[in-house]
Amino acid sequence: MNLSYKTQRIIVITTFLALPLILLLLFTYYPSVMLVWYSFTDWDGFGFKNMHFVGLKNYKEIFTNPEYFRILRNNLYYFIGGLVQTALALFFAVILNSKLKGRNVFRVILFLPYILHQVAIAIMFQTVYHTSYGSLNNLLEAIGLGAWKQQWLGNPAINDWALAFVSLWMYMGYNMVIFIGALQSISEDLYEAARIDGANAWQSFWRITLPSIKSVVELMLILTLSGALQAFTVPYIMTLGANDTSTFLMKTLDVAFKFNQFGLASALAVVLLMMVAVVVLIQRLMLREGGSRA
Amino acid sequence: MKAKQAFFDFLKYVVLLIGSFVVFFPLYSVFVGAFKTRQEFYTNRLSLPSTWNFENFQIAWEKGDLALGLGNTLFILVVAIVGNVLIGSMSAYALGRFDFKGRNLIIGSYLVAAVIPLITTQVVTYSVIKALGLYNTYGAPIALYLGADVIQLTIYLQFIRNIPYELDEAAMMEGASLFKIFRSVIFPLLGPATATVVILKFITIYNDFYVPYLYMPDRGLRTVATAIQSFVGPNAAHMEVISAYILLIFVPTIAMFLFMQRFIFSGVTSGAVKS
Repeated sequence: MNLSYKTQRIIVITTFLALPLILLLLFTYYPSVMLVWYSFTDWDGFGFKNMHFVGLKNYKEIFTNPEYFRILRNNLYYFIGGLVQTALALFFAVILNSKLKGRNVFRVILFLPYILHQVAIAIMFQTVYHTSYGSLNNLLEAIGLGAWKQQWLGNPAINDWALAFVSLWMYMGYNMVIFIGALQSISEDLYEAARIDGANAWQSFWRITLPSIKSVVELMLILTLSGALQAFTVPYIMTLGANDTSTFLMKTLDVAFKFNQFGLASALAVVLLMMVAVVVLIQRLMLREGGSRA
Repeated sequence: MKAKQAFFDFLKYVVLLIGSFVVFFPLYSVFVGAFKTRQEFYTNRLSLPSTWNFENFQIAWEKGDLALGLGNTLFILVVAIVGNVLIGSMSAYALGRFDFKGRNLIIGSYLVAAVIPLITTQVVTYSVIKALGLYNTYGAPIALYLGADVIQLTIYLQFIRNIPYELDEAAMMEGASLFKIFRSVIFPLLGPATATVVILKFITIYNDFYVPYLYMPDRGLRTVATAIQSFVGPNAAHMEVISAYILLIFVPTIAMFLFMQRFIFSGVTSGAVKS
């Protein structure tokens, strides 16, 4: 049983790649292609007998019905929350990258929410935000800020912020750990040289730190933006979209699985996919540009 | 100068303590809530429990399908992670070590796939899963975790490039078969990549809500994520029992995190930078 390396090579390439490629085609490419096709139909999700080609009707519906854009606006809260989260993460990363006693303890604490179960976190925050028995309103009361008490999830003026905060609470530590990793790769000599030249901490941050980790900051911003477009679990668990907290993806899945309008839902998903693709494309182009300049 | 430095350090600690307080406050409130009686929970929300009672945990465990959820989640995790490690390392070996027609096309299609958010294609994936007869079986999440999220390949591919090809050549001189080279030379050297894949997949699969929610509505197939959701949903339990339930779900991951901190930090970091 001594096969030549040439034969072995063919065997290894085919057997090692067959299953992964079948899975990739079946669960990534086939759905993506069919998604585009379904988006031009009125399919109701039940048998293909009821499927008719309707041209651009679904897209017309999406782009003329202001309802969908109003919902997309709710994703904006998650994006703004994500920007704050990225800034905070960088801030804490810089602090924890300095020589500070106990910094590892703080790194563990601030990262902790990221590894906790997301659905459980969402439910935990329901008990925090509850109007009469929530711990947040009780805390405000206890420290004499009773006037600040809110219907955190009921009041449409603030509930989206409250939900976006949960997302920030969950992911800030993740961004922070990535930033710490990036900061550690900056040579200490650069800071030393800057100090000798009389630069203060603020100047070193803007002139050395930020440019050195530019690509990581970009990556985090892109993840934030595409994450905001796909916001789903937190609002779905916490409010089910009540009081105007529905997000674009929640609407898409509702249109499909609740109202059985798979054609329209496919069109919504294609629009979402396009938005994410544009974001990722911009990032890739920026990276390439940055690379050629370096 | 020294006084100024001490002042800055003081400020840093203040900020870090505020951050830690924000992290701990919700956790503290479910922690103390979980040990309170209903009466005490609703009258005295923030204090430590006057007596530590464990009744809520008992109710949560018995009524919340938690044993079932943990069992199902564990089973899916093990199969999906082992599968991801095998698929990722084997295809990275085939793609990273041999030059053949279509190689770049395959790598490119993986890179594009990594960009497609899988939740957007669920509308169609749903019909694929149904057509394959995987609906309401363990097969649905396992197939999706193996086929739709392809980050494992990019991680392995990056890593295999740094393993010198001379090692393969030396083994070939001794007449080892390619399969043996993969198994005894390459796969062990991919260890750090495997650790990264295991950690990232563990976090994403353990947390995943919509795959079990959409594809396994059957009560017997509940995972941790869907069990807690239905426990809280329509026949809403009381908040003190919910608190106990949340705590029961948090404890295993917190324990694991504290023991495996270093691996988790490096896994998360390299996973992000390489993707």
